[in-house]
Formats: sequence, structure tokens, C-alpha cells
Amino acid sequence: MSLSKLNSLYREVILDHADHPHHKHALTDATTTMTVKNPTCGDVINLDIDLNEDDVITNIGFTGEGCTISQSSASMMSDAVLGKTKDDALKMAKTFSDMVMGKQHYQADLDELDDAAILSSIVSFPARIKCATLSWWALQRALLSNQQEESDGEA
Amino acid sequence: MKTDISDLRGDFPILDQLVNDEPLTYLDNAATAQKPNQVVAALTHFYQTDNANVHRGVHTLAERATVAYEDARHKVTHFINAAEPAEVIFTKGATDSLNLIASTYGEANIEAGDEIVISIMEHHSNLIPWQQLVLRKHATLKYIELTPTGELDMADADTKITDKTKIVAVAHASNVMGTVNPIVALTKMAHQHGAIMVCDGAQAVPHMPVDVQALDVDFYAFSGHKMMAPTGIGVLYGKRDLLAAMPPYQFGGEMINFVHRYESTWNELPWKFEAGTQNIAGAVGLGAAIDYLENLGMSNVQAHEQQLVNSLLPQLTADHQIEVYGPNDPVRHTGVIAFNIKGLHPHDVATALDMEGVAVRAGHHCAQPLMETLGLVATARASLYIYNTQDDVDRLIHALNETKEFFSHELIKAE
Ligand SMILES: Cc1ncc(COP(=O)(O)O)c(C=O)c1O
Repeated sequence: MSLSKLNSLYREVILDHADHPHHKHALTDATTTMTVKNPTCGDVINLDIDLNEDDVITNIGFTGEGCTISQSSASMMSDAVLGKTKDDALKMAKTFSDMVMGKQHYQADLDELDDAAILSSIVSFPARIKCATLSWWALQRALLSNQQEESDGEA
Repeated sequence: MKTDISDLRGDFPILDQLVNDEPLTYLDNAATAQKPNQVVAALTHFYQTDNANVHRGVHTLAERATVAYEDARHKVTHFINAAEPAEVIFTKGATDSLNLIASTYGEANIEAGDEIVISIMEHHSNLIPWQQLVLRKHATLKYIELTPTGELDMADADTKITDKTKIVAVAHASNVMGTVNPIVALTKMAHQHGAIMVCDGAQAVPHMPVDVQALDVDFYAFSGHKMMAPTGIGVLYGKRDLLAAMPPYQFGGEMINFVHRYESTWNELPWKFEAGTQNIAGAVGLGAAIDYLENLGMSNVQAHEQQLVNSLLPQLTADHQIEVYGPNDPVRHTGVIAFNIKGLHPHDVATALDMEGVAVRAGHHCAQPLMETLGLVATARASLYIYNTQDDVDRLIHALNETKEFFSHELIKAE
């Protein structure tokens, strides 16, 4: 069956995350909230993050609709960054983005991504890279918008 | 000599390739159509023998290029049965044509309190120009809604189109649901209230006989690339009186008559609306595409697609795991079919189909207000053209079955 080619993308782990997404709920009174849209398909991710005073992500939740890839990616991303500091999470977002674009990255950095590293196979499905990066993009924007405010405050 | 429409694939070498190790099944024709050898040859011939700028020289090549360009205009005139070539303006495409009307006719004629009526199934390019025009003019935009079967609600049209209406703008055929809209009836309604009728024919002209005089529309827009011509060439048809009264769209070379230091006068129709060096080769390619279609005969083109729809649509609607958007009746349907596999996102479906060599579109199809009205984020869309065959239909159905099997545990969840 020729759809066996799909197995390299839709791995068991990915399907599991899509079927039973982790952290798929909104947070009340989140420190940061970010909504991003994939303009090619209209998929939306709302990301809620709680950061404590040490800039550690103490809680994370997402809502929205999307394909198997974007939903499982959001689930795996949330797992991976929960408990991490803002800086670490931003570094992970960078690693993820490098990975899906087929750029060089360190194995140690990949390991940090946990399950999310499995999406490296998306490189062979260029039309779907945006689906995989949507939630990481939301994360980046959420964390950076917060930083922006802070650095504005310090200036 | 008419060519046999059941076997055109030899004219389209692009179709003869493997995609992901499977024979290509190209079903994204509503996005853009493939180009036959005849169109490519016309472009090559033009560039190799006749290329020059048009209307701007006395040398032989300039004359040949001008003849080729104006010949193409004559072909379009005949193809859509415009009254005269002066009513056929070359543009970049349907989007450009519709923007032209909004920024010239619209800008000159819409005032505060006026109403523009469009339908909820419009492509963004027949929506945003009007939406932005009413914002500029403090006018009002109204939408004709759908019946439960995805057709235009003509009773609603009757209440939306009033004496306040100045422009009615509706697609001839939907790029999502495959609906064909009753343009003659809408045009009558518009005219009874003193409004003009604008028709977006991007999904109609490539697929069915179109006679702009019989439709009695005031403006008609379409793109070359969806009818096998190159990208970057399109047409705006307009009735002479309206075009003559409209201000120019852009200013520059070609569209002028006399230019003085502080004032200018405009060229005659249609050149008044063709500022700057135009897509000359594109027009030549459009002419070749029209020759190709006319050789087949537009009724044959329509009948061929109808035959494929008669096979494909009932198979999709009979499948309880598939949801089809738009009319279920094949005879009320163009070759554009939007659907979803229940419980699966269309992106996942399109990727799976692509692995089977089947190219379909997945997304909102530049019709977000329609998607919202249907309560959808996105759909898959298969769209047919003359070179598609029963084999392509069978491959799509087969690939859909494989897709359902691959994602079966997600489908169970959805039931
Ligand atoms: C109904 C309809 N109108 C307008 C357009 C815009 O055509 P173009 O992008 O060629 O300008 C399209 C193309 O997708 C269409 O399907």
C-alpha cells in the first residue's frame, strides 16, 4: 500500500498526541496569551502561558483547531517547555525551527525537545512545515512580547 | 476538425509524470490549469519571431506584435460574445479586473448611503475591493445568503437588492461549492433597481459557454491562467457606455492621447485602461488557449466535465464518512467539489492524497466569509478540467479510501 509513505510523517507518537492532546485547555488569568493563525488554511492556536517571577513556565495550555500535525505539535511543544525557563524555551523554539527547516542543530539540543523532535520528518513534507511550527511560533511570540514589555520597562 | 476530448493528455506533457512514485492526478484546476503544447508553442513562436512593443513603432516587428496582441483581443471578443473589441480590456487577471471596476466605476459612482450587494460565496477578490470601497465611501455592503443546498438564495437577493443598490457583484460559478449562479435573473433584478451588474467569471469562462450579451451583465471579469493561458493575463469586459464614462485606472504610456504640461487627454477604448507595456505574450497565449478551447467546443468541454462530475459527486455524497459542501445534484454542479473526510483535517487529507499522486487543494480557498458561514475552517477541494479522465476520478476515490484506512482510528473517534 503506497500510503506506507505516510508512516514517516504520521508516526504513532504524533497520532497519539493528536488523538489525546496534552494541555489542551485554556488557562484562566494566564500571564501571557497569544493567538496565531496559519493564513494558508485558517488554523488557529491560542496559547496561554503562566510565567512565575523567575521566568519559569509554570503552566501552559492551548486551544484552537487544526490538523493532526499542528495539534500534535502543540501538545508536544507544551510538554517540552513546561517547567523550562523563558530563555530555555526560546532556545528550544529556535532548535525546533532549525530542525524542521533542515538546518544544522546539535543532537543535545534535539534531545531537549522530547517527543517534539520526532517532527524532524516534516522536512520531507515542505507544504506541512507551517503546520508543525504554528504552536512554536505562538510560543516565541508570547514569550518575546512579554520580554518586550519588560525591556521597555527597564529602559 | 474537432479533437477528441476524451484523449487530450498528449497535449499536456506535465501530466505525464510520477509524483511520489505515483502517476500524477492533477485535480487542482480551480487554482490554475495546465498549459497545452499549443499555448507554450504560441509563446515560443511570439518570442522567437514577433517580439516587440505594441502600438509604438513603425518597424515590422512592432507591427507584427501589435497585430498579434490585437488579434488576441478579437479572439476574446468572439469567445465571450462581446459587442466589439473596444469592450475587452486586458488586465493581470480576475483580481486586477475587479479592482479596476471598484477603483474607477466604484470610486466615481458610489456615495455615502449607497449599497453594494455581493454574495456570501464570493472569492476574496470579488469581496475585498467592495468592502474597502464602502469603507472609503461610507456606503453599505450587503450579502446574499445561501439556501441549505449551497445555492444562492434568490428570495434573499430580492430583499437585499433595492433602489439603494448601486452595484451587484456575484460570481458566475463558485470556486468552492461548484454552484452556478443565476446571473441572468440577478442582472434583471439589479437593472430593475438601477444598479449595475458585475460578474466574476473566473470559474465559469474556462468551463462553459459564456455570452456576456445574453447575460446582459455590465462588467465581466476572468483570468487567463485558469483556462490554460499563462499567468498574468486576464480580461475585463465592460459595456462601452460605462467604460467610456469611467475615469482611467492607471496613468502612463499607451493610455494617453495628448499629454501637455498640466493636463492630458485619454486614449480611446480599450487602451484607456491599459497603461504601460502590457503582458503582450500573455495575451498571445490567451489567444492560443481560446483557439484550443474553441477547437474542442465549449459545450463539449462542459459535457466532458459534467460526465466526470456525474461519476465523482454521487460516489462522494454516498460515502457516509465524507461530507460534501454545495449542491448534491451533479447537474447543478461544475467540476469544483469541496469536501471533507469527517474527523480529518483537510491538510492531512491533502498530504495523504499527494502521496498517492493526487493533487487537490486544502484550505479556505480565498473565501473565508463563506467558510465561516458554513461553520468550517477549511475543506479539501477537487476540481476537474478537460484533460481529466474517469481514471483520475477512480484514482481520487481509491486514494480517499486509502486515506480513510490510514487514519481509521481517528475516524472512529469522530463517529
Ligand atoms: C471565483 C474566483 N474569482 C476570482 C479569482 C481570482 O483570480 P486571480 O487570482 O487569477 O486574479 C479566483 C481565483 O482563484 C476565483 O476562483
